[in-house]
Amino acid sequence: MIEEKFDAIVIGAGMAGNAAALTMAKRGMKVLQLERGEYPGSKNVQGAILYADMLEKIVPDFREEAPLERHIVEQRFWMMNDTSHVGLQYRSDDFNEERPNRYTIVRAQFDKWFSKEVQKAGALVLCETTAIELVQNPQGKVMGVRTDRKGGEVHADVVVLAEGVNGLLGTRAGLRERPAPENVALAVKEMHFLPRETIEARFNLNGDEGVVIEAAGTISKGMTGVGFIYTNKESISIGLGCLVSDLKATGQTPYGLLEAFKRHPSVARLIEGSEVKEYAAHLIPEGGYNAIPQLYGDGWVVVGDAAQLNNAVHREGSNLAMTSGRIAGEAIFQIKSRKEPMTADNLKLYRKMLDDSFVMKDLKKYKDMPALLHTSSKNFFLTYPELIAKAMQTYVRVDGVPKLDKEKATVKSFKSARSLTGLVGDAFRFARAWR
Amino acid sequence: MVEPPKVDEPRVEDKLFQNRYLVDAGRPHVKIRAHIEPSPELLALIKICPARCYELNAKGQVEVAPDGCMECGTCRVIAEPTGDIEWGYPRGGYGVLFKFG
Ligand SMILES: Cc1cc2nc3c(=O)[nH]c(=O)nc-3n(C[C@H](O)[C@H](O)[C@H](O)COP(=O)(O)OP(=O)(O)OC[C@H]3O[C@@H](n4cnc5c(N)ncnc54)[C@H](O)[C@@H]3O)c2cc1C
Ligand code: SF4
Repeated sequence: MIEEKFDAIVIGAGMAGNAAALTMAKRGMKVLQLERGEYPGSKNVQGAILYADMLEKIVPDFREEAPLERHIVEQRFWMMNDTSHVGLQYRSDDFNEERPNRYTIVRAQFDKWFSKEVQKAGALVLCETTAIELVQNPQGKVMGVRTDRKGGEVHADVVVLAEGVNGLLGTRAGLRERPAPENVALAVKEMHFLPRETIEARFNLNGDEGVVIEAAGTISKGMTGVGFIYTNKESISIGLGCLVSDLKATGQTPYGLLEAFKRHPSVARLIEGSEVKEYAAHLIPEGGYNAIPQLYGDGWVVVGDAAQLNNAVHREGSNLAMTSGRIAGEAIFQIKSRKEPMTADNLKLYRKMLDDSFVMKDLKKYKDMPALLHTSSKNFFLTYPELIAKAMQTYVRVDGVPKLDKEKATVKSFKSARSLTGLVGDAFRFARAWR
Repeated sequence: MVEPPKVDEPRVEDKLFQNRYLVDAGRPHVKIRAHIEPSPELLALIKICPARCYELNAKGQVEVAPDGCMECGTCRVIAEPTGDIEWGYPRGGYGVLFKFG
């Protein structure tokens, strides 16, 4: 396909791949990037919240050019039962700052822009090209990749696997396992279009201010799962994700759950009258720290979702992907500058630099959370939301029942749904996993 | 047997209709191993596939028609380990094309 040898081949033009390719190309390295979609972003799905800090480290003045939707001034957390929600809401005018901290984006548009930056820096980006397998020498060192193009082999000193959650190349070569059903969530998402004035009125927004809502409760029917509603300029992203192992066990359909979420009275009024223009589905890595595979080897490194670098507790993924891509690029550049070969021993530097970053520190902090939420999903996603909603209703409804009786009834309902030891145990386990 | 969808279950076809696809005719990227009795994994795909690519045929076997596939990988995670399906990506440029993502 292409005879010349590259310093690096990057598989994938998503968040991680673009960060890696840009980091290396900017430093004068000869980079080839392969993307299977018609254009970068055409295969990618996200909520999507963009975290500015991590992108600023890669493209300092991104705010001037990048397609951004709204900067987020308000975050809502909803705990839902079938007819109501109990919410926590944080809004601050501090977020109307000169360099906002978080934005909503539309991935297909954002990735196109990000990829242009990569091309401007001098990398060769080939779209409509699926990498089929890694080319390895008899000792197992990765020498390049085979693609679905004519005569499709290309070679490089190092291959950066930024291929996303499914990670076909790495799993086919036996470098890591395919994700297990209990370590990935299936998310489905729709784009609902409304005039911007309608969105601003419904969400109480001025200009480019934005709101994001994260929702949990009976909407996931006892499965580990959450819903989200994010405001864009002229559209609302709405979606819901549940662990694949849970969906498999319950036989719930993902679109059925999304439809029920949309029909919930708290949600329906927000999207009423909208025009739906897209329905998308994608996996999200949820295994956390304990699911992270081997991250480097002779002639290769793996970054982003392919490496399960995703913080499900905080709904952060793209920023971990970008940061791991950037760090991999910097590590590779350092090794190359020293004129040393891309051996596993040298590429260990990537792991070391990643360990020192927020990526590994955050994932380590929550290493016990995925297992806890998984084993106690019924309590956290069904029983507690029901109890809390009922307690709230009892608390606010004025009906002549003395307040003390109401409190007693609430405590009793908690205890009977979940024994006192169960409640204390859950709280304790939750606190430990959070710490 | 798989129960028919409830009345208020949305028609996935209507949802997929919003999406853009470039179908690689004659080259399905997901294939099912021939079987007489479907495994529990194959049966699970009928419900879990967000594009409803898997259906039960008249003989009680599971069939796949991946034209509306969104390439999420869920069926792969469930049924590739058991050998029930063969899963890959469509050729470069083919398959689903998200305008928003
Ligand atoms: C519904 C949903 C909501 C989310 N919300 C948020 C959020 O609000 N904020 C946040 O930070 N994160 C969010 N995430 C997570 C975030 O999207 C991911 O963590 C991030 O996209 C990972 O980046 P990546 O580059 O590793 O993978 P991807 O972005 O998936 O990119 C992988 C790229 O590789 C290409 N590719 C794969 N295989 C090949 C191959 N063999 N040959 C050629 N090209 C290939 C793909 O086409 C793709 O472009 C969300 C995810 C989902 C699904
Ligand atoms: S990859 Fe996803 S959308 Fe495609 S057939 Fe499998 S489960 Fe269905």
